[in-house]
Order: sequence, then C-alpha cells, then structure tokens
Amino acid sequence: MGIQDDVEALKRIPLFAKVEPAKLKLLAFAAERAQYMPGEALFHQGDQADAAYIVLGGKADVLVETPSGPLKVAEVGKDAFVGEIGILCDVPRTATIQATESLTTLKITKDLFYRMVADFPSISLEVMRVLAQRLEHMNEQLRDAVAAKS
Amino acid sequence: MERNLFKYIWRHSWREQVYILAIVLLLQVFYFISLDLPKRIVNDGIRGDAFKNGEVRVETLPFMQMSFGPYPSIGMPQVTLFNGIPLDQMQYLFALCFSYLFFVVLNGWMKQWVNTEKGRLGERMLRRLRFELYDRILKFPLSHFRKVKQAEIATMIKDEVEPLGGFIGDAFIQPAMLAGQALTALYFIFLQNFWLGGLTFGILAVQMAVIPKLRVKVRLLARERQITARALAGRIAESVDGAIEIHTNDTSNYERADIVDRLGKIFLIRFELYKRKFFVKYLNNMLAATTPFLFYLIGGYLALNGKFDTGSLLAAINAYKDLPDPIKQLIDWDQQRQDVQVKYDQVMEQFNPDGMLSPELQSLEGIQDVDPAPLAASNLAFTDESGARLVEDVSLEIGPDAHIAVIGTGASGKEYLGLLLGRLARPVAGQLRYGDHDLLQLPESVTGRRFAYVGEESYLFPLSLRENLVYGLKHRPVEPARYEGELQRHYERRIREAVRSGNPPLDNGANWLDLEGAGVASPAELDGRVVGLLKDVGFDEDVYQFGLRGRLDPVRDEDIAAEFLEARRSLRERLQRPDVAALVDPFDPARYNKNMTVAENLLFGTPVGPELAPDNLANNEFMRTTMRGLGLGDDLVNMGRKIAETMVEIFADLPAGHPFFEQYSFISFDDLPMYRELMQRTGKLGTEAIQREDRFRFVRLTFPYIEARHRLDLIDAEMEEKLLQARRAFAENLPESLRSSIEFYDPEVYNSQASVQDNILFGRLVYGQAQAGQKLGRVIAEVIDAMKLRPRVIEVGLDYNVGPSGKRLSTAQRQRASLVRALVKRPRLLILNNSLAVFDDSTQRRLAERINKIMEGGALVLITDNLALARLFDRVIIMKEGRVIEQGEVRELDRDGSRFRELVGTVAAAAE
Repeated sequence: MGIQDDVEALKRIPLFAKVEPAKLKLLAFAAERAQYMPGEALFHQGDQADAAYIVLGGKADVLVETPSGPLKVAEVGKDAFVGEIGILCDVPRTATIQATESLTTLKITKDLFYRMVADFPSISLEVMRVLAQRLEHMNEQLRDAVAAKS
Repeated sequence: MERNLFKYIWRHSWREQVYILAIVLLLQVFYFISLDLPKRIVNDGIRGDAFKNGEVRVETLPFMQMSFGPYPSIGMPQVTLFNGIPLDQMQYLFALCFSYLFFVVLNGWMKQWVNTEKGRLGERMLRRLRFELYDRILKFPLSHFRKVKQAEIATMIKDEVEPLGGFIGDAFIQPAMLAGQALTALYFIFLQNFWLGGLTFGILAVQMAVIPKLRVKVRLLARERQITARALAGRIAESVDGAIEIHTNDTSNYERADIVDRLGKIFLIRFELYKRKFFVKYLNNMLAATTPFLFYLIGGYLALNGKFDTGSLLAAINAYKDLPDPIKQLIDWDQQRQDVQVKYDQVMEQFNPDGMLSPELQSLEGIQDVDPAPLAASNLAFTDESGARLVEDVSLEIGPDAHIAVIGTGASGKEYLGLLLGRLARPVAGQLRYGDHDLLQLPESVTGRRFAYVGEESYLFPLSLRENLVYGLKHRPVEPARYEGELQRHYERRIREAVRSGNPPLDNGANWLDLEGAGVASPAELDGRVVGLLKDVGFDEDVYQFGLRGRLDPVRDEDIAAEFLEARRSLRERLQRPDVAALVDPFDPARYNKNMTVAENLLFGTPVGPELAPDNLANNEFMRTTMRGLGLGDDLVNMGRKIAETMVEIFADLPAGHPFFEQYSFISFDDLPMYRELMQRTGKLGTEAIQREDRFRFVRLTFPYIEARHRLDLIDAEMEEKLLQARRAFAENLPESLRSSIEFYDPEVYNSQASVQDNILFGRLVYGQAQAGQKLGRVIAEVIDAMKLRPRVIEVGLDYNVGPSGKRLSTAQRQRASLVRALVKRPRLLILNNSLAVFDDSTQRRLAERINKIMEGGALVLITDNLALARLFDRVIIMKEGRVIEQGEVRELDRDGSRFRELVGTVAAAAE
C-alpha cells in the first residue's frame, strides 16, 4: 500500500489522467489515506464540503435523504472519485456516502486540491477539460431527452 | 505612615542609630590619635625633640604613661594610673610607629563595623518600607485600582525605594561621622597653626556654599529622569498588554514613534545631567587642589622662618588630605537627603489614596464569624467619579436563605448594586447591614469566608488549577509547618528577622488550607469536593481532558500510576474488538512500529531534555556509533537517498515558502538545491564511496520518516529487523551519562515523562483510519469509566497550570473556575454579578438551576441580563435607572399588568 499504488489509482481518475506523474506523486504524498468500517459515512448530506475522496478499495452507497428516509441512488467502488462537486462549487454535500464494506480511500482536502490547481496550471486545465466534457455530455443528454419528448 | 522620612527612620530605628552613633563618636578619638601620631613620630621619634629637655638630654622616656592633672583649681593632685615603660629613642620610635599602625588598623576595622551595621539597618528599613507599601496596596480602596498603573506601582516598590534603603542607613550616621571627621581634622589643623586652619576653613566655606547651588539643577534633572523612566516602564507594560490591538490595527510604528520620542527625552535629560555632574566634580577637585598648594607655600614660608616645625606642617597636610573627601560626601549626603525626601513624598502620595481600608478589616484577630442574618440595604446610593447617580434610594432585604434575581435592562444600575452588596464599591449614602452589624465594618475574615462574589470576569493566579480553585480557603495559617534541626533554626531566624523589620511573622510554608471552611476533613476529600463542583458547573470534561494530557509524578502518585497501568491492560483487551482493533499500533519492544518515526523506533522511549530529542538524535554520537557497529549505515544512506530522490522529484516545481514544504517535506526549500546537487554528485557512486559528510546528510532524512504516513515503501521486513537490532543495542549499551535522558517504553512500567493518555494508550494512533482520534477517545473513556478512574484523571487535570491571568483557559473556562472557587468555601451568601454572561442561554439556565440547588439554605443573588432566568428564583428585584421599581415574590409578581410580566413575560414564554 505504498505511495506508488496511490499514484496508479489517481491515474485512473479521468480528472488526473493526463497530469504528469511527478505532480500526481506530490498529490498522493500530501493526501491522506482514510479507512472506513462498513456502516461508517465519509460524509453526510448537508455537511460542509471539506474534501474529495478517491476510492482505492471497497464499496459504498450513495444515499439521498427523502421524506421517507434515505434512498440509495448509486453505488461506488474502486477508482471512483466522490465529493468533488462539493469542493469545486463550495456547496453543501448533496448526498451521503456510506461504506458498505471495508473501504479504503485517499482523502484530498479542499485546501490541498486548490493548492495543486493553483500551483500547477496543467491540473487546472485538466479540471476544466473534464468539467467541459461533463457539461457537453449533460447537454447531449438534455438534447436527447427533448428530442424524445417531441 | 509618617510623612517625614527622617521621623519615619528615627521612629523605627532609633535604638540602632544611637548605638552606632556612640561608636562613631569613639571613632573620632582614634582618628585624632592617628592624625597626631605622625607628628610625634617625626618630632619626637626621629628628631628626638622630646629627649631634649632644654639643654639636658634624657636617655629614656616613659611610653604609654597615663596620668591626669594636677588640677589645682579643683584641688586635685596629679593622679598617675600607669607609669609607662621607659624607652630609649630608637625603641621610642618603634613604639610610636607600631602604635600608629595599631590605631590605623583599629580605625579601619571600626569603620568597617559601622558600615556593616549601617547596611543591616538600611536593609531592614528597606524591607520594612517595601512591606508597608505592599501592605498598603492590599488596603487600597478598590476604586483606586482603576487609576493606578500596575507597572508603575511595581517599579516604585521594586526600584524607586531602593536608594531610600541605601540612604536610611546613612541618614543620621553619615553626617555624624563625616562632620565629626571633618571637624576633627579642622581642629587638628587649627592646633598646628591658626592661620592654616583659618585658610582651610575659608576654602571649605566657599565649597559648601557654591557646590550645593550648582547641584540644585542636577537634582531637578535627576527627578525628571526618574519620572520619565517610570512612565517608560508604564508604556512598555501597555505595549505588552495591548499587543493584540497593536497587531490587528497595524500601529506598531505608531508605538515605535512614541517610544523613540520618550527615549529621546530621556537621552537629553541624562546627557544634561552628565554635563552638569562633571562640571561640579571638576570645580570640587579644583578647590580641593588649591588648598595643598597654599599649604606648601604658606606653611613652607613659615617653616623656613622657623615659626612652624616640619612635623606639624606634614601633619597638617596629612590632615587636610582627609578633609575634602568628607566635606564632599557631606554635600552629597545633603543632596541625597533632599532627593530621597522628594522621592519618599512622591511614593507616599501614590500610596496614600483616600478611603484606605482600616487594618482591623484584615486583622487575624477580632471577630471571625457572625451568625447568619438578613442582608439589608436602606436608601442606598452610589455615584461614580464624574458624579453620575448610578444607584439611588435602594432599599431591600435579602433573607439568609433567599434566592433573588436582580434584573433590569440597559443602564438599570443593577451591576452597581451588585458591587455595593459585594462591598466592592462604597455607597455615598444609605446603609448596608448584615443583621446587627454594619456590613462595611465587618472584617474581611467574615465577609471573605462567609460571602462569595463572582463578577463578569475573574482573575486567576498563574498557578495550577487546583491552587486557584481552593484559593478561597487560604485565610490564615491553619497549622504551622513543622521544621526539624537546621531547618527549624533557619525558620526561627527568618521569623526573627521579619519581626525586626516590622513584617508580620507569617509563614507561607505553613498549611493555609481551611478544610473546615470547605466542610471536608482531608485534602483528599477536598479534591473529591472540587471534582463534584467541577461537574456541577460543567467543567469536569475539560479538566478530564487536561488530566489525560497531563503528567503525574510517579513517586507522589504511586497508587494512581498503578491504576493507570491497570487501565493500559484493560484498554489492550478492549482493543481486541474488531471495530476498534485497527485503531492503535501498540508499543511492543519486539516489533517495529510503522506509525512511529524511525527515530522514535530506535529510541523506543520518551526523551528527557534535549540530549536525545528527535531533532538531535541523528547528531548523537552514541546513536551513530551504535548504527555503525551494526553496519546499519549503508542501509540508512540508501534509504535517505530514496527519500531525497522522491522529494527532489515531487517538490521540484514548488515555489519558496510554499506551505507544502512545512507540512509534508523532509527537506526545506533552502536545502532542496543542495540535495539536488548531492543526488547528481553521488548518483553513480556506490553507497560506500560516498563521503562521510554526505552520508550524514542522507541519514538525517531518514529519522523523521514514518512508514505508515509517508508510504514510500522504504522499510521492509529485513530493514525492520535491523532497526530492531539497533533499538536493542541502543538500550543495552546506553552509557551512564545518557541514562537520565530517556525513559524507555516498558509495558509493565508507568512512563513518568509521558501523558496519562499516552500511558494508557501505550501505542500510536494508526494513520489512515477515519476519525480514529474520536473513536479511540471513546474507548479510553469507556475503560476509565469502567474502572471508575475518571475522578483520578480529573485530579491529575487539576495540576494544569492556568498561565498568567489564567490565559491558558478560555473565558468561559475561567468563569467556570471562578464559580467553583466561590462555591468551594460554602458561602452563606453568593453574589453572581452578571457572572453568567459569557455563557450561552441554555448553559446559563443550567448553571442557574445547579447553583440554586447547591446554595439551598443559603442566600443567592443573581444579577443578570438574561430575564428568562428570573422565573427560577423565589424573589425578583427589578431595577430601572438606578432605582428599584418592583420587588417581591415571583409567584405574586407573575400577573398581568406587573412590571415583571412586562419585562419577563414575553421573553420567558418564548424560551419555554
């Protein structure tokens, strides 16, 4: 479970895929590992967002609060990047993430993330590219939905 | 205190003064003899004048003949006490010379004795004066403390009265001795020759008339210097107190400007002083030097004319030699006298405010207790310094078991009523009675023990929390300290000396804890009571945390240490549970701990002092020898190279001063180029080919490395084994000189250098476990509660030092501490003057309820802005603009149309 494994995990995340290895190493070095027991939550819906997590192993549920109790909307596993919306847009957590089996994550604090982005323009460019792709993807879906309706 | 310094000195030291003065008088006789002898040595001894009785030459002369008379006028014949020893001229010369030596030595010795006695006298008086001044601070009316600057008052007692002490010894003796010496010398010169005497007198008269005039200005300057210096001390203290304001307002340069200006003024004053001082000195020397010139001239002329013998001339010059000095000193003394009188007046002025408390109020004798009674105020009024009426015509009664809330909005004057009831302000009109007693006349021995007062904020002394909490029990020595042998003699001497200096014979080593006042039988019970009260005011959890982080003294607290060891075992068992098993990496002498640094793993103990501190370990000679001995050097160098490589790679592009360097890097930004260069230089070399110095640079990087945190995969099983070997070798061969620099981790021994928590944990928190700290805290709490150790931990927490003015505690913690301090002495009347204001509403409510309960059977007055609290009390007093507008039982007042409803009604409804 050395730092090299963490670097490999980071590489698999689209956001970091094109970042130079040395920078990823720095990110991995500065990030903390955080281990969760089944049933423990990484964060709760409505919490202040302070970090994003990369799942290195294990599984977790994404839960959304509804009037009739928590509703599972998705499941995440190895190589998932969660909680990034919160730190990018500075909004409270939009969902709860709860470990369903022993979960190992790499925790990237907001501070660390912003510093990396500020210090290394290549990372911020990557962030922009990924976000733009997502936007494009969403627009596409919207277009399809509108087309299907009419 | 005496207004006139001389009267003050005389009153307290006349016995010693008279005694020393008598000796001084005797000294003059010796002095005269030592002046006269040289003349006789020259005339009688060397020239043999006395052996020529007219034309007849005698062979011997009687030496030391003692005879009086004859005095025919009173009809007394010659009385001879001693016939003397007949000596010839040579013998006579010898005898005279040795007598001269004898008297010179005797004279010197007695002078030294007089000086010592003077010194002792002066020091005693200084001690008395300092004590009296401090004593006066304790008797200042409280309103005076708003006007005085703490630093200035301290400087006065510490520095400014010090010259007074030096002067006190000289006050009477110095002038007597100097004048005696001068007069004796002058008289002697007159005896030798009338004209020489007259001449000397003339010059001295000029000296004594002119020099003091010149010195007037010097004195004024000296005074100015003192005042400016005192103000400087005050200003510096202000800068320290206002440090936060200075930084948050960027006014440091403004403050600098002020100090620059002050220092400039002080410089000018001091320089002017120098110039004048040296001019006076020059003049003095000139006058002193002209006299011998005249002596030689006139005396020589007379001697040549045969009107004067050479022996007398030499003796006169010799006598004169001693003259200017005492005269100068006498002038000095006179200056000093005026100086210190001015200083004394100034100090007295500062220490003599109106309304000083009478000594009876703090006396250890007199009334010590009165029966519980109602506290009644009638027509009470209070105005501040500007004359504003803050409390007017207040009449009320507080029964011995009444619980009363005083409420009112804004400038209702209720806080001032609190001050009046707490005797912290003096009413300008009206009366305060406690039963049959005038409250203002009750000694503090009653009010300080039976009443308690807590204001909006409280002062804590820079002692342990425990000392602060039981501070309210230290009224008088309950039990004298027992000393033995040498210590007892030392103690007796201490007390004797204190009494001689007019200090009270109080021993701070005695036991001052009034356990009875707290209603307990032993210090252990007192601790128990304090722990209970901490819980009542909601301070127990914080103190528990202090305790966990605190250290105990395994000798004093041997039994506690054993219990904590037991807790260590119990925690180990609990940590077998799967949900918490991964949280702790325990200390195991036989295992490498991945959650500790390499250095900590090698040491495997807590360093004591800087010798083996983690930062110094790589430099430690013994550690280096140990590693070399095991051939560990190459491994560590390789490990250091890998770390350097990684660091150089990933930190390469970061700018200087980037926080990452401080947070994550082993290498500072400044060292980065050095390591980069080092890597290039040694890149191709085999480990063994690297220079010694460079090797050390690499090894240094490995010491702070934590495998679990830094995750560079540098420590494999083989390396672990090697490091464990080093750990063992280090412990086994540790030289005697380093034994006291470390306390090793031993599963069976309490580590006195580590905190209670670390002792129970006896391991490291594992990196990368979410919320490990909180989870573990809960498990430790479980163990401690299961073993009922919480009170013991809190007791350790009571040793926590609260820092200057209690600044190591938060405002709320300080306030909780002062509530405990007030409650520990079981007061009959507790006044809480806005004391709950720092807490949030729900805490205020909880505290008010708790304190209501604790004070059952006693009187409680809560002055508060939190109107909703009023319903918790039996009675309420409503104030407005300094007057009581409504008072009575809450039950009765809680109706429509009452002022109570008007104020509290809606608020309380909202709260419930």
